[in-house]
Amino acid sequence: MPTRFIQNALKLRTLLLISIISLSSTARTQEPIRIAFMDPLSGAFASVGTSGLKQLEFAADYLFNSHGGILDGRTIEIVPLDNQNSPTETQIQFRRAVSEGIRIIFQGNGSAVANALNSAVTRHNRRNPGQEILQINYSAVDPILTEENCSFWHFRFDAHEVMKLNVLTDYIASNPDIKSVYIIGQNYSFGQILSDTSIALLKEKRPDIEIVGNELHPIGQVKDFTPYVTKIVSSGADAVITGNWGADMVSLARSIIDNGLDIPIFTFYAAYDGITATLGADGKNMIRLIHNETSNPIPTEQRKEFIRAFKAANPNNDVTQPRITNALSMIVLAMEETQSTDPYDIALALEDMRFTTLSGEEIWMRGEDHQIFQSLHISVHTDEGIEFDADNSGFGLFSEYHVPTEETIVPTSCRMRRPSR
Amino acid sequence: MLEVFIFATLNGLVTGLLLFMLASGLTLIFSMMGVLNFAHASFYMLGAYFAYSISLYLGFWAGLIFAPLIVGVLGALVERYGLRRVHQSGHVAELVFTFGMAFLIEEAVQFFWGPDTKNYQSPDLLDFPLFTLFGQEFPAYRGFMIGISISIFIGLYYLLTRSRVGIIIQAAITHPHTVANLGHNVPFIFMGVFGVGTALAGIAGVIAGPILTTFPGMAVVLGSIVFVIVVIGGLGSLVGAFIASLLIGLLQSYAIASDVGVQDLLNVLGLEFDRNHPLTDLWTLTLPQVAPILPFLLLVLVLIFRPTGLMGKREQ
Repeated sequence: MPTRFIQNALKLRTLLLISIISLSSTARTQEPIRIAFMDPLSGAFASVGTSGLKQLEFAADYLFNSHGGILDGRTIEIVPLDNQNSPTETQIQFRRAVSEGIRIIFQGNGSAVANALNSAVTRHNRRNPGQEILQINYSAVDPILTEENCSFWHFRFDAHEVMKLNVLTDYIASNPDIKSVYIIGQNYSFGQILSDTSIALLKEKRPDIEIVGNELHPIGQVKDFTPYVTKIVSSGADAVITGNWGADMVSLARSIIDNGLDIPIFTFYAAYDGITATLGADGKNMIRLIHNETSNPIPTEQRKEFIRAFKAANPNNDVTQPRITNALSMIVLAMEETQSTDPYDIALALEDMRFTTLSGEEIWMRGEDHQIFQSLHISVHTDEGIEFDADNSGFGLFSEYHVPTEETIVPTSCRMRRPSR
Repeated sequence: MLEVFIFATLNGLVTGLLLFMLASGLTLIFSMMGVLNFAHASFYMLGAYFAYSISLYLGFWAGLIFAPLIVGVLGALVERYGLRRVHQSGHVAELVFTFGMAFLIEEAVQFFWGPDTKNYQSPDLLDFPLFTLFGQEFPAYRGFMIGISISIFIGLYYLLTRSRVGIIIQAAITHPHTVANLGHNVPFIFMGVFGVGTALAGIAGVIAGPILTTFPGMAVVLGSIVFVIVVIGGLGSLVGAFIASLLIGLLQSYAIASDVGVQDLLNVLGLEFDRNHPLTDLWTLTLPQVAPILPFLLLVLVLIFRPTGLMGKREQ
């Protein structure tokens, strides 16, 4: 299919060809473009962080480095920085990135951390004109990052929480069997917004649905979720909404299964990195996720090839977040268009960029608030119709409900302060 | 309400007894060497990981037997070739040594098993609800956990107070030189106790792994709470550790099950604040939200009113 992606790739390849012929001697001595990947690589959330790191490293090698690099032969080097999912450690790692001359930082896990990084980046960029840093947020979904606290130097490549909850509550509202809902989440901005927004949206769409429980627990601290599950069971809820991720999601899922709870669970992150394997046959048709980029069936041969190549290189991991690939590809495109690695030039090129992903879908980076827009999907945990499973378990996600890009667009209150150059 | 209470009690019992298996080993080691073993929870994690690997080939039950043995031997080796050498440099060196061990073990686990959660499953044999009460199932595996922990407590108590080995161990704790003069190999006893203590942590890991999930952060999550228990129970007291474990298990479980918060307290007092009050986060705090910090609150209270711990014998 003659998509824009292929056109871009072809354009890129011709450029590279010319550059290799003309600059073959200098190409080897050129410095790599260094991109930091700052997420938890140790501790309770290490699995999520390392899985993201592998995907970014693979995308850089597979899409760009193995084809001779970008910008006339420069390679992309990913520098892992372990922030332990702590805002304090993030500040330290940020200083380290700055002192090493890194200008682009990927970060995704945890909105608390993303907010800390956002303010660190904004402060640094204000004080050091000409030395700006670009924050590439591939997963932190607190709406505030593209609303009140929006920044010219921050770009989000995942749908934010309210966008996702909009779709999720539509889906719940359309199911007449659900008459009561239990909400459980981690006690920080993400979990708090999850509960407030879900309650508000459900009240508007289905006033008859009763919220029978609204629980916040400390992130990464709960050893055993059984007491919470006991409460869910005794509340008589028809469905559960949770935003838990990483170890908190695995433990919650484990307790739900162990205690024989059999109601639909609506989640953001209940798949991959050991979660799918844990759920196994017990969670079949019970767990649903809201996410971007369809899981099964995969729409294009390109994406399939990408996933197969990734699995060949990382047999124990999965492509859990295609948005990491999208983010990197869009940044590279911005660099190629402007022939620059300066964050200011990249940021300007990214604004209102329309890009065709490996799935053949055109996604849009809104210039007003730097929020990505693409179709959203609700998938179910099952072993039927699964071509690409998760955790090598035979189980995976099957996308069963699709919302086109236009319907996901929400207004923003962002009033961005643009740097003057 | 009754169902919530019954299940909260059962859940608290499971957590409490699990914590006891960790705390018993820790408190034994402390009473003997006068050193808190910071790596204790790491041996618990090793137990879970070894059992997971064994269960892949030989099934859960083989893991239950062999994993604690491996962990115990590892613990004994750590004592023999690590702690005993460091011992000459004093308690601080020993503390730092165990502290470093904890990091080392966590990194090693990540290196060999990877950072993601392992799919360590409870045995099929116990995969049925033990009983169903008010529409809630109580898994047989949890009943099994309760059974194992209680038998360990009874066995350990009997061993320490009634058997000859126990008498020698108790004597070695208080009068090591006299015991040595009587011809007993005191360093060997220390090594044995350290080995048994870590093996107990290993068992805890084996049986907790399937329900608390097996991942590299599992030691950190449980580590701090075990110290709290040992201090609340009274350093070196097995009975104290038992009481404190159950107390904390039940306290957390009841707190989560409850539905009261500061709001209810204010209602009783007839006070009301609007939502825009600067301290609104405080007014809307609920008991389930603070459940995980309750043990630490209890620790502070115990240290204020009874610094020796509930069953501690140490005099100032």
